[in-house]
Amino acid sequence: MFDFLEGYDLLGAFWTTVRLTVLSAVGALIWGTVLAAMRVSPVPLMRGFGTTYVNVVRNIPLTVIIVFTSLGLFQTLGVTLGARDFTTINFRLAVLGLTVYTAAFVCEALRSGINTVPVGQMEAARAIGLTFPQALGYIVLPQAFRSVVAPLANVLIALTKNTTVAAAIGVAEAAALMRVMIENEAQLILISAVFAFGFICLTLPAGLFLGWVSKKVSVKR
Amino acid sequence: MKAYRTTIAAVAALGLALAAAGCGDDGDSGDGKKITIGIKFDQPGIGLKTPSGSYTGFDVDVATYIANELGHKSGDIVWKEAKSADRETLLQRGDVDFIAASYSITPTRSEKVDFAGPYLLAHQDVLIRADDNSITKPEDLNSKKLCSVTGSTSAQNVKTRIAPDAQLQEYGGYSECLTGLENNAVDALTTDDSILAGYAAQSQFEGKFKLAGFKMSNENYGIGVPKGSELKAKINAALQKMVADGTWNQYVQKNFGPANYKNEPAPQIGVIVS
Amino acid sequence: MTSESVLYDTPGPRAKRRNRLYTALFLVALAGVLWWVFRSLADKNQLEWAKWRPFFTDAGAWNTFLLPGLRNTLKAASLAIVIALPLGALFGVARLSEHRAVRGAAGTVVEFFRAIPVLILMLFANAAYAEFTDVSPDDRPLYAVVTGLVLYNGSVLAEIVRAGIQALPAGQTDAAKAIGMRKNQVMRFVLLPQSVTAMLPAIVSQLVVIVKDTALGGALLGFSELLASVRPMSANYGANTIASFTVVTVIFVAVNFTLTTFANWLEARLRRGKRSTGAVLGADTVEELATPGEHVTHEDLGGPGDLPKR
Repeated sequence: MFDFLEGYDLLGAFWTTVRLTVLSAVGALIWGTVLAAMRVSPVPLMRGFGTTYVNVVRNIPLTVIIVFTSLGLFQTLGVTLGARDFTTINFRLAVLGLTVYTAAFVCEALRSGINTVPVGQMEAARAIGLTFPQALGYIVLPQAFRSVVAPLANVLIALTKNTTVAAAIGVAEAAALMRVMIENEAQLILISAVFAFGFICLTLPAGLFLGWVSKKVSVKR
Repeated sequence: MKAYRTTIAAVAALGLALAAAGCGDDGDSGDGKKITIGIKFDQPGIGLKTPSGSYTGFDVDVATYIANELGHKSGDIVWKEAKSADRETLLQRGDVDFIAASYSITPTRSEKVDFAGPYLLAHQDVLIRADDNSITKPEDLNSKKLCSVTGSTSAQNVKTRIAPDAQLQEYGGYSECLTGLENNAVDALTTDDSILAGYAAQSQFEGKFKLAGFKMSNENYGIGVPKGSELKAKINAALQKMVADGTWNQYVQKNFGPANYKNEPAPQIGVIVS
Repeated sequence: MTSESVLYDTPGPRAKRRNRLYTALFLVALAGVLWWVFRSLADKNQLEWAKWRPFFTDAGAWNTFLLPGLRNTLKAASLAIVIALPLGALFGVARLSEHRAVRGAAGTVVEFFRAIPVLILMLFANAAYAEFTDVSPDDRPLYAVVTGLVLYNGSVLAEIVRAGIQALPAGQTDAAKAIGMRKNQVMRFVLLPQSVTAMLPAIVSQLVVIVKDTALGGALLGFSELLASVRPMSANYGANTIASFTVVTVIFVAVNFTLTTFANWLEARLRRGKRSTGAVLGADTVEELATPGEHVTHEDLGGPGDLPKR
């Protein structure tokens, strides 16, 4: 019944999906944290930049960003991100695009987390003489991170689903393989079911696990 | 009450958006019998939709000539986009009367549709930068970066038969490849020389690109008609007349001339060069 | 913490000096990036006026490519929300059913479609229309995009509806039952109408998600929406990729920013409203609802509800 899978690297495609997800998640977490720090910083210019970035990027379709990395950055401006062959270049461009997009959502999740930290925490930190970066790094962010596990998990799961957009620039992940298989094989329903199942396997357990983690680590107030 | 009014406002705004989206179709002009012709919308020199909403290119000129010969005024032609993958379906379903869209006559396609013509003999070729002297024979494409459109057979041709070490990037359209070619992100763009010539002939690209002149395959462009259609004979007659009265030559010069494209002589009707 | 300004004191002289230093450093970094962008663009001739001019002086660029593209984008998005709303309402109410089987079935459907990328749904719909129906190839991309969007967003809207109904104070149901209404009357005449108001900001926000996802159809299904207009434009205007992308992006941002602003305005207005129940499903809840297995809790809703204040 599953003969049609023969000759297709299904696991390889989903492995690419996972690699895209993990690398973009790390990138988005780092860049999103920097953005969040900017958005709450005392420097008006940085605040302005953070706010503008989030409001603009959240309103651009991810597809536009991903396609732009290939046509705009690579084909027009010659940005190759240190890679030489098309496969690696496309993969890295996709990670870059997903990072740029997802960071805006990470930033918003973190900011809402920062807003749940009681004022007294920051006041106490200042009272013992911590500077703003110290207070943010030692007092506010550690608490904020714990309360944002659930929102961040939402962002991560959305990111997993969003990696399919990389098919638009020829990254051989799950959706790209599905496209090829639909073209060449007759069992449309079965093929679609296989890919749907694959994504359910990726997103549902992650959601449940991170939901459990978020209850475990959340700060009791 | 306030909340209620807000609801109304929101619903009204949604409705407005819908209404704006709905009223899109503009009527056709012309009064005679309509004829629907499938062409490419995004290939300069072959079939291109221009900003003014009109269409230009060799296929468009040929199709207009045929339509006139069939007794339709130019204003009565309804142009429809015929993407490569949709061409057989469009004919089989009767969505178009005939198709002139860089449509090569092949045995597989001939099982599903009939072809009039051929009206142009094209060859698979590569377009390279004008100052690129490193590609002089097809084998030079090894280790080069090649660009083509998704699902195109020409790119697979090169990769499997001619230059197995070439890297291949695929995009949805040729214009994407052209951007990369101009900026050194890819080294060669491969497809039929007629299509390539159409791109190279655009004024903004003048002098930037050249055709390598490899005749890697023979592509006999035909006019696709539904299987068993009586249009085939009429279109063949029109094509013969077009070649005889010099119009064919004039169209070739007009559409491909600026690219320094060495066109093949007008093909004989029904003779397929393989 | 209510406002960001409580993170730091009013700056003293040293802090002011430090802030000025940071501002200067950040400005230098920002200027460096902008300079690099400008240089790269200039190097690749992307700043030539000829590549940008069509968008300012040529009505054809708008009438032939951009506006028809935008119209298709809005058409797909409006169709998707109009079809998805009743479906979402149906499944949202079904998930609140007293019958376990109904609840379970609706729940499975909703969780299933929330767990799958919308692109997978679109690819499936596209192939399915080609194989099982005789929708013309012209219309197929629109059908496929709308179908994918409806399946996905219908399930997200089901969660919005469910959360919207649950956000209403229990007193509403009690009062309705007290005057002798039956279950479906309570739902139809009391809960749904009020929850629609509470859900409006979330629904408008979901519209932003829908508008953004239509671009998938342009990139992968041959749907001639706004993003897809980049190709004919760069074919006509000499490979002006950067210029075309910039214009398309600005239009997308303008449309979505308008929707977002409208959603926030609605939310603020509804929260101020005195005569409503005050329950509002905020625009920000949308992301949570897109996650399989995730549900909005009472605390997210912000309405007074019947829960004790935190």
